[in-house]
Amino acid sequence: MSKKGIHAKIGELKTDIGVIKNLELSIGKIVDETWAEPMGPTPFPEITSLREWDLKLLKRYKPFYLPFCDVCCLCTFGKCDLSGDKRGACGLNMAAQQSRIVLLACCIGAATHTGHARHLLEHLIEKFGRRCPIDVGGMSVEVEAPVTRLVTGVRPKTLGDLEDVVSYCEMVVTHLLAATHTGQEGSNVDFESKVLHAGMVDQVGMEVADMVQISAYGFPKADPEAPLTEIGWGVADTSKPVILVIGHNVPSAVGIIDYLTSKGMYNAVEVVGICCTAIDMTRYSPSMTKIVGPISWQLRFIRSGLPDLIVVDEQCIRADTVVEAQKIKAPVIASSPKNCLGLENRTESSAKETISDLVEGKVPGVLILDPEKVGEVAVETVMAVAPKRKKFSVIPEVDEIIKAAKECTQCNECMRACPNNLPIPEAMKAAAKGDLKPFAEILENCVGCARCDSACPNDFPLHSFAIRAGQKNLAEEKFKIRVGRGAIQDVEIREVGGPIVLGEIPGVVALVGCANYPRSGKEVAEIAEEFAKRRYIVVATGCAAMSMAMVKDEEGKTLYEKYPGGFEAGGIVNVGSCVSNPHIAGAAIKIASIFAKRKLRANYEEIADYVLNRVGAVGVAWGAMSQKAASIASGFWRLGVPVIVGPHGSKYRRMLLGRKDKEEDWYVYDARTGDKVFVGPAPEHLFTAAETKEEAMVLIAKFCMRPNDTTKGRAIKLTHYIDLHKRLYGVLPDDVHLFVRNNADIPITMKDEVLKVLEEKGWKEMRIPDPTLLPRLIREKKGE
Amino acid sequence: MSAQAEPWQKAEIAGPKKALVISKPEVVAAMVKKAKRPILVVGHLATENYSDDAKMIDYAIRISKIAGIPVVATAHVTSEFVKRDFKPTAHMTAMDIGDRLADPEWKGLDGAGPYDLALFMGLPYYMEFTILAGLKHFSINLKTISLDRFYNPHATWSFPNLSVKDWKESFEIMLNKLGGN
Repeated sequence: MSKKGIHAKIGELKTDIGVIKNLELSIGKIVDETWAEPMGPTPFPEITSLREWDLKLLKRYKPFYLPFCDVCCLCTFGKCDLSGDKRGACGLNMAAQQSRIVLLACCIGAATHTGHARHLLEHLIEKFGRRCPIDVGGMSVEVEAPVTRLVTGVRPKTLGDLEDVVSYCEMVVTHLLAATHTGQEGSNVDFESKVLHAGMVDQVGMEVADMVQISAYGFPKADPEAPLTEIGWGVADTSKPVILVIGHNVPSAVGIIDYLTSKGMYNAVEVVGICCTAIDMTRYSPSMTKIVGPISWQLRFIRSGLPDLIVVDEQCIRADTVVEAQKIKAPVIASSPKNCLGLENRTESSAKETISDLVEGKVPGVLILDPEKVGEVAVETVMAVAPKRKKFSVIPEVDEIIKAAKECTQCNECMRACPNNLPIPEAMKAAAKGDLKPFAEILENCVGCARCDSACPNDFPLHSFAIRAGQKNLAEEKFKIRVGRGAIQDVEIREVGGPIVLGEIPGVVALVGCANYPRSGKEVAEIAEEFAKRRYIVVATGCAAMSMAMVKDEEGKTLYEKYPGGFEAGGIVNVGSCVSNPHIAGAAIKIASIFAKRKLRANYEEIADYVLNRVGAVGVAWGAMSQKAASIASGFWRLGVPVIVGPHGSKYRRMLLGRKDKEEDWYVYDARTGDKVFVGPAPEHLFTAAETKEEAMVLIAKFCMRPNDTTKGRAIKLTHYIDLHKRLYGVLPDDVHLFVRNNADIPITMKDEVLKVLEEKGWKEMRIPDPTLLPRLIREKKGE
Repeated sequence: MSAQAEPWQKAEIAGPKKALVISKPEVVAAMVKKAKRPILVVGHLATENYSDDAKMIDYAIRISKIAGIPVVATAHVTSEFVKRDFKPTAHMTAMDIGDRLADPEWKGLDGAGPYDLALFMGLPYYMEFTILAGLKHFSINLKTISLDRFYNPHATWSFPNLSVKDWKESFEIMLNKLGGN
């Protein structure tokens, strides 16, 4: 830990009683130092320890702020008008206020993942013991915790080893949150540095959460052949009692599966899930569980009356779950202290009494903070409730919709409330004539927020109208998804590390995040397949991993059935849920560590410098919605991985943009000589929002270029960039001269047209350096 | 013409500094004529049908040609311009052009100096909302106009929420005025 005070390290000490080797002492603890790698420069970094690295990034990738509104209303001085160059009563200007809001979002995200990690760790230590070994891949994974090793300098061997790591995350998030208090930080750039710190710690928290659940629950361990399982609205066998679980934290779902198993009720109950708990429970038991879909599927599934009981844990769950569940007469069990939903705490009550109250409808739901008890109560309740409910649904019949549509005044309030401006009034016009097709099309592009319902002055349940219209399509939603495999194997890294760093595998595309899509989630599948076909490595987590599964080709196959699950060129790799994102960061880190033999332990700055300059990876959060998505992205930024969000991501209030028209921003040191060398805008941005999937695809190909690419690798990457640009934009890119360093970089099949551009732009040949932004890595300084 | 000075997406409230409502399209024509360095940013929604005979992109081309305004095409709308035999001055992402316009030291696409008037059309409402907010606060010398048919409060001037018919009429009047003296 980064504790001030006594810290001593003894290489070898001979005494009368024997010889002590590699003994490290710090306050309050003795570190058994068997790890041969020496401690790096920044173990357990404080919130300013990596500030110099951040300033380097922020000098090149400057914030472009996009304020939602002109005011700050966070303290009683306010509201303060910050428009133009005004300052608030506290002295803060608009730039600092926006970066402060970004920091708040990232602190919320990091706290959520860290809280998740803390809960899982304590629960699993209680269940399996502090000495339960960390095992995320057996013999295939030696570097079990790349992010944790990189950030903290700890190599965890048991669950107990992670307690200090989580404590560190909690301490950092507290400090960072404190920095947002009125009268603390005043500089936007320093707020931004803290944003990056929050993101880095968020990655540690997530890594801990996934490591412990993989290790203790026996999830797939870095398995490229992880089994396929079912996903889709139509996969649930509704002839059985149906339990729907929603959320991100899997112990309650495990409790349900374990109870069913212990009672031999393997086929008695259908257990289906929405969001990341669904992903994680299929990692626990792919044969006993199914996935309904991403977060936006909550209302459509509940209102259809299919679940007989709903169990919620934490994160991204609709706040009106109890209200919606009551409409279909389904009881709710809340199971997280972070999400009690106003329900009575029955953790200490007898299961029999609680089941009876739920079955008789005496209470709309209960809070149970014990996963095993959740399992018992959920299963026994659903068995009794299902026959009574008879799949009671609140989806209106077609004649009711037509009647309502005839009464519609076309006030447009629904459309004006819709995040995607969907033409609901037009659908109502058509519905009045008995045509529900436009409503079915609306459901395709719907994020499932139901703001249309709230906005309608006639209280028409418009979202339910769309569900009825799309019901046939929903019932046909039956797809296959590969169960989240967890970490990337060391051997996979050894095989692809070289081709990635040299540019011969053109890039790693990580499709992550929520389902707040500007159009259909099918766009995510289109992006994934475009790059898998081009032999990029496509990795995925969370809702994006689900959306990618929900498209079939002409032969009825999904992407997961068509492409291999290995971390290889052309692979489509579902690593798991939101907390599995560090496996993606970890793969980049392991390329530096395993392939390039860079020191990993507490050596953040050097590894991030390596990733930024050499590892052609890009994150895409096409439907990013949450604060967690913000912190996940910021963890990638600090590590040197650019992130593209969909157009709704512009509401995160800040981009980090490079300026390719400013030549002076794109120089690096050549580590061989110390010379400053122009390398072009590679990667051009750290964070930007794309307007359409076409734009995202062009940006992905462009952002995978890195200064270290060999000529062969750069030619391959340029081929994809130019080809996509021409196909989707109809013209050659106007910046190709910035990426061609010498004639060998030019794709052979495009030579004539590229040479013409180079001539027009007055292009000159450039050097390919051994790139770094860190002067300390220069091996031979000039004049020495 | 109905002039409602409230955001199309009702929750997207700007704050104390709101766009002035363009109640007469002649005013836009006058502002464009008065501007020394105007620029037009066109997003991908410009290719969507407003009605059978009207696409925003065609109006964008007409404005550019009549008033001699450079066009920046965002996303994949470039290909639609090319299909119409019109070459935009530049293509870049909406965030990139927003970022450059917010930079008082940016010399423009032609290197001749900063722009003083930026017209926007065809971006997703909420994306234009956020970019216009960035320009309102960080680009002190730039005026912005939202030419979409929805009131966008972070612009300097914006059309109110208009029907397609009213929007088309406004554009015809504006184009007519731009073509005249």
